[in-house]
Amino acid sequence: MTLTDYLILSGLLFSIGVFGVLTRKNAIAVLMGVELMLNSANINLVAFCKFVDTGVSGQVFALFSIVIAAAEVAVALAIVIAIYKATRTIDLDKEDTLKG
Amino acid sequence: MLSNYLLSWIVFTPMIGFVLVLLMPRDKVSWIRWTTVIFTFIPMILSFYMYAIMNLGDSGFQFVEKYPWITAFNIQYYLGVDGISAPMVILTGLLSFLSVFASWNINKAHKAYFSLYLLLVTAMFGVFLSLDFFLFYIFWELMLFPMYFLIGIWGGPRREYAAIKFFLYTLAGSVLMLVVILAFYFNSTDPATGRHTFDIVTLMNQANQGPFLKQFGVRLAMYIALFIGFAIKVPVFPFHTWLPDAHVEAPTAISVILAGILLKMGAYGLMRISFPLLPDMANYTAIAMAILGLINIVYGALVAMAQTDFKKMIAYSSVSHMGFVILGLASMTFIGFNGAIMQMFNHGIITGMLFLLVGVIYDRAHHRDLNGFGGIATYMPIYAGITSLAFMGSLGLPGLSGFIGEVLVFLGTFKVYPVIVIISATGVIFTASYFLWAYQRVFLGPANEKYKDIPEINGRELFTLVPLALIAVFFGVYPVPFFNLVGPSLTKLLMMVGH
Amino acid sequence: MFSFIEHYIWLIPLLPLLGAATNLLIGRRLSHTAVNVIAVGSISISFILSVLVYIHLISLPVNERHFVDTVYTWIGLGSFQVGLSFLVDPLSTVMILVVSGVGSVIHLYSVGYMHDDKRYSRYFGFLNLFAFAMLLLVLSNSILLMFVGWEGVGLCSYLLIGFWFEKIENARAGMKAFVVNRIGDFGFIVGFILLFTSMGLKTGTWTLDFGVIKSNINLIPVSVLTIVGIMLFVGATGKSAQIPLYVWLPDAMAGPTPVSALIHAATMVTAGVYMVARMNFLYVLAPDALRVIAIVGALTAFFAATIGLVQNDIKKVLAYSTVSQLGYMFIGVGVGAFSAGIFHLMTHAFFKALLFLGAGSVIHAMSGEQDIRKMGGLAKKLPITTSTFIIATLAITGVPGFAGFFSKDDILYNAYISPYGGKFVWALGVTGAVLTAFYMTRLVILTFYGNPRMDHHTAEHIHESPKTMTIPLIILAILSVIGGYIGMPEAFGVHNVFAEFLSPVFASNFNLPEGSISLEWMLMGVSVLAALLGIGLGYYFYAVNTELPDKLAEKFHTTYTWLLNKYYVDEFYLKYIVGGVMKLKDILALFDLGIIDGAVNGAAKLGRKLSEFDGAFDRVVVDGAVNAVGDGIISAGSILRKLQTGLVQNYLIFAIIGLAILLSFVLL
Repeated sequence: MTLTDYLILSGLLFSIGVFGVLTRKNAIAVLMGVELMLNSANINLVAFCKFVDTGVSGQVFALFSIVIAAAEVAVALAIVIAIYKATRTIDLDKEDTLKG
Repeated sequence: MLSNYLLSWIVFTPMIGFVLVLLMPRDKVSWIRWTTVIFTFIPMILSFYMYAIMNLGDSGFQFVEKYPWITAFNIQYYLGVDGISAPMVILTGLLSFLSVFASWNINKAHKAYFSLYLLLVTAMFGVFLSLDFFLFYIFWELMLFPMYFLIGIWGGPRREYAAIKFFLYTLAGSVLMLVVILAFYFNSTDPATGRHTFDIVTLMNQANQGPFLKQFGVRLAMYIALFIGFAIKVPVFPFHTWLPDAHVEAPTAISVILAGILLKMGAYGLMRISFPLLPDMANYTAIAMAILGLINIVYGALVAMAQTDFKKMIAYSSVSHMGFVILGLASMTFIGFNGAIMQMFNHGIITGMLFLLVGVIYDRAHHRDLNGFGGIATYMPIYAGITSLAFMGSLGLPGLSGFIGEVLVFLGTFKVYPVIVIISATGVIFTASYFLWAYQRVFLGPANEKYKDIPEINGRELFTLVPLALIAVFFGVYPVPFFNLVGPSLTKLLMMVGH
Repeated sequence: MFSFIEHYIWLIPLLPLLGAATNLLIGRRLSHTAVNVIAVGSISISFILSVLVYIHLISLPVNERHFVDTVYTWIGLGSFQVGLSFLVDPLSTVMILVVSGVGSVIHLYSVGYMHDDKRYSRYFGFLNLFAFAMLLLVLSNSILLMFVGWEGVGLCSYLLIGFWFEKIENARAGMKAFVVNRIGDFGFIVGFILLFTSMGLKTGTWTLDFGVIKSNINLIPVSVLTIVGIMLFVGATGKSAQIPLYVWLPDAMAGPTPVSALIHAATMVTAGVYMVARMNFLYVLAPDALRVIAIVGALTAFFAATIGLVQNDIKKVLAYSTVSQLGYMFIGVGVGAFSAGIFHLMTHAFFKALLFLGAGSVIHAMSGEQDIRKMGGLAKKLPITTSTFIIATLAITGVPGFAGFFSKDDILYNAYISPYGGKFVWALGVTGAVLTAFYMTRLVILTFYGNPRMDHHTAEHIHESPKTMTIPLIILAILSVIGGYIGMPEAFGVHNVFAEFLSPVFASNFNLPEGSISLEWMLMGVSVLAALLGIGLGYYFYAVNTELPDKLAEKFHTTYTWLLNKYYVDEFYLKYIVGGVMKLKDILALFDLGIIDGAVNGAAKLGRKLSEFDGAFDRVVVDGAVNAVGDGIISAGSILRKLQTGLVQNYLIFAIIGLAILLSFVLL
């Protein structure tokens, strides 16, 4: 497997993640998309670390990313639960109180 | 020291009075009045003193005070007097002093009235004495503002209309003057400093005027603009219609000052500024000026005849008399100029008397309708006598000063504009007619019962009139001192216009 | 012997002036006696001084009878100098003697006539002032100074005619006199200005002094001199009541009768004649002007006499008679017989003043009545008045032996032979003489003779006048008899002393043709016949066939009415000339108010409309633009706010699109 293959994989995963974030109605699905984007970035990092870089900085960065992703999901899910408690729905198309 | 700053003292002494009056308590009317008396008496005496120590043979400017003022624009504080302005200064001093006594019956806001009056006096002296164009303009404009209030507040029923008409009309003329002032400023070179200048004496020297000002079209436009500005003040037909309203509505003392002094400023402006600065244009337009003078004389007399308001009749008679001044100036002859300036002085004295006299009867009868009197001579013989003297002076009876001015204008102008003089001479017929007709309607005939208790003219009123009457008689019989005063400067002016 | 008088000529006009000033200013506080002394005294002293002047003058050789006394420079403008200078020569001497002499007599008469008047001192003040002005007029050495006197007598005439101003007609008469005189003065002014200017331009000398003008007069073209002469004469027609400006004189009778005597008979009205005589050096070079003067004089003499025929007011008859007699004087000077004209001026002063003073005496006696139809039979009760009046009548009609005969004859003779007169002028003069004799006879008969026609009350009050009034009458009567003998014609074989006395003034390169003595006798005879014819007819009409005048008036009703109404000239003037000016003034006043002031007010209205428009413009356009900008931003805003959907995913889309665009810029 060459670098390019991993990059393609990562790109694909990123695109799917973007699509999910931008398109899905369900807030949880959007979070899943965010996870996918983060993970694709991780794959990218590790791939570059293995094929290009001599040290382990890429892999370290990926570990950081995982941790932060976890924290972020926790907070995000807490926000989704708070939204659900307040509006009884997690349909993002219905959340437009910031409309100007 | 006094003679070094004599002119400044003359100009600014009333200003001191102005400040003092403003500081006085409003109810101390007597203090206010007498302060005004003092602060108009002083400049009058100073003007007499000025005459006494003037060098009569000198045709140039005397008692000159020339100090840089606003150096950024080369504006100077420049005062000076010569044979042309001296009689005007004396006239101003005399009439402003006497008119204070005619203001005794002002019944409201004395502080405002007398302070504005003093400000007006300062401005008038300033106009006649300034030799810096900008300074001249400042004093000229400064006159308008007290006049507006003096007419508009203490005047007759249509005072607001008259005041605003006077103000805007004169202001329109002044604006034209301002344009000319600036044109001259920006196109002039002071030989000493190489900068632009407002100095009238320097501007008189044609060499100091820049190339822009040498073009015929420009010069003509400048002359006409200045002429209109001054013509409004004289007043020359057709710019005269502010005068009847202003005179009729103004209180007596202000009418006297308006007729006696302000009207002279237009003619003075022509002599001091228009003629020396633009002599070629003066000659070019002289015939038009002569025709306007003719119209003033005859038209003014005829319209005066049609009036039923005593004051309006005298207002139009002023228009008629000033026509002689314009005609004399248009003649460009020595005799004509002498006649014109003599007429300016005489008109101030005699018409000043006339307005004071109208004031006397108006104060008693509270109307000025010529047809509403009748036989007043029976009840007020002294008043009738003085009025007949003033009327005779005004219609140019020989023996009184008015005749000298008029006959000299005719004698001087005939050789240049014979036909115009002949037509103007018919004016003597009409003038006699309207004055005598007015006298007859008011004083002669059966005595009007309504006025049987009318009080005779009193001492204060006589005090204002007698000096003027004596002067009218004196200069009618012995005008030589006047000619000696104005002669050299007039000769110089004549030379400047190339004759 | 009295050569000192040469330096005191100025006293002669000054004394009456001082008298006038005193009486006018403080006269009310003085007693009548004091006023009299001041007034009559001042003019009497002037008369005495005039006599001294005369005596001194004749002591000088004939061609040196001429001197000038200058007091000070009145107008001094470089080369143009006019002094307060008095010229003394035979002509001015005659004039000052007549003015101060007759004047003194009339001042004395006034003491009696005016003694009841409440403005006594003012009357004498004005009378003295008049004397001053008239003396100034005849003594002045320059035209300009003469004009001062000229206007001055006009002023005094105005003041005295309207003396009893409580009656408005008197005031109106005074004003009429002044204004008509002013019309004449217009001509006079044009005349002397033209003379001044052409003399100055032609010779470089700018002057109005008689002497200087005289020496330079032949340098001025004749055409100019003719116009000057005619214009000056226009002034004379005003002052001396000739056609067309005589109309003020009959109305002037409204003044006190001594005034009529002094001013409107003896002195002021003669100023025009004096002026022509004084300017003889000009007129002899302008024969056309002389002809005009002669013809106007002749026409006036005739025309005025015709009006006098039918007037019923004693003073009006005398007024028209004066106009007529002035016409004779102008005939005299107009045909070049200057001394004849002045001679008649002098004799007329005597008898006309006498006639007026006599009329005053009659009016005084008749308690103010002036209509001769209400008089009659006064001769017995007013002996002095009647006899002096008759003497004057004989003088005026030209009966031989009395003063008028010599002077009138002198004029008519010269009119006949002079190239400037001719037979037409002479004929008018003779006809006028017939008429004069007729109306004067009529006047005498109706006033003093016949049956008394006044009411009982008036009749009781008739009394002869006091001495202050009768003595002047007597003095003048004496003069009316002997005054003519100094001017006797050569035909009588004697020298014409008067003409000889005046000859230095009129000597020039102008000589009237010599007539023949026989012609002179013949013409004299014609004049006497004319006088007798007139007297005879008058006697016949009014003493013999007393019905005849009324019958003729009936038969020739139209003519009679025309004469009685003075040819309606006054009415004509009033309607067309005065009326015309009145209309003109109203039109011009309306023009001034409506059009010129209308333009000013219109400009003001325009200014206000402009400012309203400007205000509207400011509100709608300028402010509107500002508001539009605001509105625009709000609309833009409301469009743009649609981007704020509130949906996070939309925002993310925008962010990504933006990023993509940026990246494409960076990478491409």
